Amino acid sequence: MSTTTTDIGALAAALRAAIGADRVISDRQELRTYECDGLAQYKVVPALVALPADAAQCATVVRACVAAGAPFVARGSGTGLSGGALPHADGVLVVTSQMRDIVEVAPEDERAVVQPGVINLAISRAANPHGYYYAPDPSSQQICSIGGNVAENSGGAHCLKYGFTIHHVTGVELVTPDGERVRLGGRAPDTPGYDLLGAFVGSEGTLGIATEVTVRLTRLPETVRTLLAAFGTTDQAGAATSAIIAAGVVPAAVEMMDALAISAAEAAVHCGYPEGAGAVLIVELDGPAPEVDAQFAQVEALCRENRAFEIRIAADDAERALFWKGRKSAFAAVGRISPDYIVQDGVIPRTALPEVLRRIGELSAERGIRVANVFHAGDGNLHPLVLFDAAADGQAERAEEVSGAILDLCVAHGGSITGEHGVGMDKAKFMPRMFTADDLDTMHLLRCAFDPAGLANPGKVFPTPRLCGEIPGRRKGVNPAQAAGLAEVF
Amino acid sequence: MPADRTLNQLRATCRSADPVRAAGEGDHIAGVPARYVAAPRDTAQAAALLRAAADLDLAVTFRGGGTRQDWGSPPRRLDLILDTTALAGVVEHAAGDLITVVRAGARLDALAPVLAGAGQKLALDAPLPGGTVGGAVATNAAGPRRLLYGTPRDLLIGVTLVRADGVVAHAGGKVVKNVAGYDLGKLVTGAYGTLGLITECAFRLHPLPAAVAYVARTVDDAAEAGRLAAAVRGAQLVPAALEVDAPVTGPATVTVLVEGTPAGVAARADAARRLLGVDATVADRPGADWGRLPWRPGDTGLKLTVALSGVPRLLADARAAADRHGLPLALRGSAGVGVLYAGLPGTADPARVAALVDTLRAATAAAAGHTIVLTAPAAVRQRVDLWGPVDGLALMRRVKQRFDPDARLAPGRFVGGI
Ligand SMILES: Cc1cc2nc3c(=O)[nH]c(=O)nc-3n(C[C@H](O)[C@H](O)[C@H](O)COP(=O)(O)OP(=O)(O)OC[C@H]3O[C@@H](n4cnc5c(N)ncnc54)[C@H](O)[C@@H]3O)c2cc1C
Repeated sequence: MSTTTTDIGALAAALRAAIGADRVISDRQELRTYECDGLAQYKVVPALVALPADAAQCATVVRACVAAGAPFVARGSGTGLSGGALPHADGVLVVTSQMRDIVEVAPEDERAVVQPGVINLAISRAANPHGYYYAPDPSSQQICSIGGNVAENSGGAHCLKYGFTIHHVTGVELVTPDGERVRLGGRAPDTPGYDLLGAFVGSEGTLGIATEVTVRLTRLPETVRTLLAAFGTTDQAGAATSAIIAAGVVPAAVEMMDALAISAAEAAVHCGYPEGAGAVLIVELDGPAPEVDAQFAQVEALCRENRAFEIRIAADDAERALFWKGRKSAFAAVGRISPDYIVQDGVIPRTALPEVLRRIGELSAERGIRVANVFHAGDGNLHPLVLFDAAADGQAERAEEVSGAILDLCVAHGGSITGEHGVGMDKAKFMPRMFTADDLDTMHLLRCAFDPAGLANPGKVFPTPRLCGEIPGRRKGVNPAQAAGLAEVF
Repeated sequence: MPADRTLNQLRATCRSADPVRAAGEGDHIAGVPARYVAAPRDTAQAAALLRAAADLDLAVTFRGGGTRQDWGSPPRRLDLILDTTALAGVVEHAAGDLITVVRAGARLDALAPVLAGAGQKLALDAPLPGGTVGGAVATNAAGPRRLLYGTPRDLLIGVTLVRADGVVAHAGGKVVKNVAGYDLGKLVTGAYGTLGLITECAFRLHPLPAAVAYVARTVDDAAEAGRLAAAVRGAQLVPAALEVDAPVTGPATVTVLVEGTPAGVAARADAARRLLGVDATVADRPGADWGRLPWRPGDTGLKLTVALSGVPRLLADARAAADRHGLPLALRGSAGVGVLYAGLPGTADPARVAALVDTLRAATAAAAGHTIVLTAPAAVRQRVDLWGPVDGLALMRRVKQRFDPDARLAPGRFVGGI
């Protein structure tokens, strides 16, 4: 969007002077390391990379960008799957990897305060000795940063019961796109004023850079019980899921994989899932022991009623880890059965699952493109893995088509184009399929309130570049647009 | 007669006279009289009315059940009350997907039986009977069960809004998991109607529990209640609510609500009783004041928030401060999340009330929290800042300017005079 004629040399010098030469990268070779995030098909080499040590330096970097009119893009661990951290060729990539301090663990407040580069799993590791953990658990939790989680409103297998990042972040300190440091929310609930924290979470780096995050810690459950159920078909597994939900059980997680995803996981991590399964379900219950025991028996019975041909119950943490290993490695695992693949992320109302899976099967057959299905079955979040060989003629294009058609299916069923991976740059073009021009225009009002100059992660989320314009002053006389609107009414 | 001309223009906008009338005696917002009242029947009509109001430069305040119109400051300017009660009814209840879409004027207490038919609930307590869905969202009102289920902002998954300029916008959707676009639902939740009109809300639902138990223990003083609450919070009971009730005189009560399967609830209620002490009682329904705000119309009502570990101390300090100022302070709230409500009689000396608010503000700030005056008699309002210090106020003003540049939506009602 930006057509800056920024003097990058001068900006680099300014940044070096402000935060130290070793925190600024301008060497082309080194810059290349940052050319993409987890969605590797898009690559842009940033003009500069800055690695601030703390919030004050982060603000300094942003102010320098503002002064130079240069766009900036925040980056945590670069595991995002929608190109959200794709750099801007004329801008600065602000990487939080030097901001990895756990500032405080306060179990008595059920809170931890961390810097944005802290790895998701590190929070739970720090809280576990006190009997607490950080609930949102994206499959990438060993590498992704909490700042990235906040920006994407990341989910995880256990968000069916526990919710997403938005439900577990109670405060953020951010650097606004004009370089101000602002605190939103905190340790206590219900901070007065607009819920700007709620709006910031999930804003994909377009409303500023989080420099400190206060998260909610959750008491470790008394008991966790996990079963793996094998079914002949995904329809049966889907019916079992529906029966569990209809029975009023809210499992911690219900995850499904289809035959192709299972075979990929077997090849990659030898998880030993039952042979011949057309679908497996992993169902996990957690909480107070008497509740879990009562409901676990019910879940097991419902799986059998819906024709599970084998049910395994994890005897201990090691076996539970094995069940999860297959599921959590599923994305990377398809690399074993296909040279290239697209990880799709869409949402449907859970009850539409059988129909949508059938349509995905048809799409796959029509275009000759295999699709492996992995999903958070409990909340209808699909992760179809669209397999292709870029070296084979036309396959990449057909895979793109199938992948896009799956999103259309989601929207047609009243779902969403993304459940957790975000819009980023990859799905910006799909936004008009879900939202009207007025919807997007209204979202853009929020962006303009934070970032009138459009410097924070431009080109992401919104399908077309937009300018903010002046805030209209108090109206004098009749505004022509409104007059037109009224003329239509009267 | 200019007033009538405006009335006719508003009626013409609706293509019908029915939804618009001249304001009557009861049509004021916190004492500020309105000139007109309009009750649109659908989003399109609401949009037409707001577009007309923009053109006629009318200041508008939204009204649902009217249960919290005395919250916040009175509007600086008021011409039109936009009444949402004709925007009623359930648009959709997809039981299998555990979601519902309802119009903003639907009453929470009317919604409950509809959902209960499918064994489900919208897990929001209505602290004031008669409140609408839109009003609960606009004030982010929640009661005891927020401990387990959160507040409206946590349960709202999609929203339809009408902007100050009459443009209709949607955000979110009908699926629980969805990160497409900005979550404007969060922005309007708790915004007191200063950013736009909420006409439809989609919510995540929860199954009705098969069994519930309220485990209660009375103790001599509020501080002891705070300590018991902390002990329950540290256990692995996963209560749905953990409340403290410390009336002006007499003993305080700690109540734990557990929800779940019959067998599970029985065992957990037992565990809760062991934690609270031998003389704790177990019941399948709550006491009469459960979830009610501890004040009556015309009183001063406060909301005190603190970090969780600050609850026992706040209970003790608030009581001590009230005694020092010679004021009868009733305290009640969600000790398990760090939110307490406090009530003072409307007849109390305004200067003393203001002094107590200052003391409480310092006490809550020391534990990372806030003291907000939700409602108060005029004499108290004159002496206190209702909201106290607000982080991020400059950004909030910028948001307001973008959404309502002419400051016509409940101007002055919200923080910092927004
Ligand atoms: C194998 C694999 C499995 C995954 N599984 C899941 C899953 O189960 N659930 C899920 O939700 N996601 C999943 N993801 C996606 C990804 O891990 C998450 O989106 C994660 O939150 C990104 O974190 P990050 O630190 O890598 O962010 P990045 O990729 O570096 O950045 C992501 C976005 O956040 C912004 N950003 C980063 N830091 C900040 C900051 N401090 N302030 C403001 N904006 C910032 C960036 O600008 C960008 O828009 C998976 C990814 C992989 C590779």
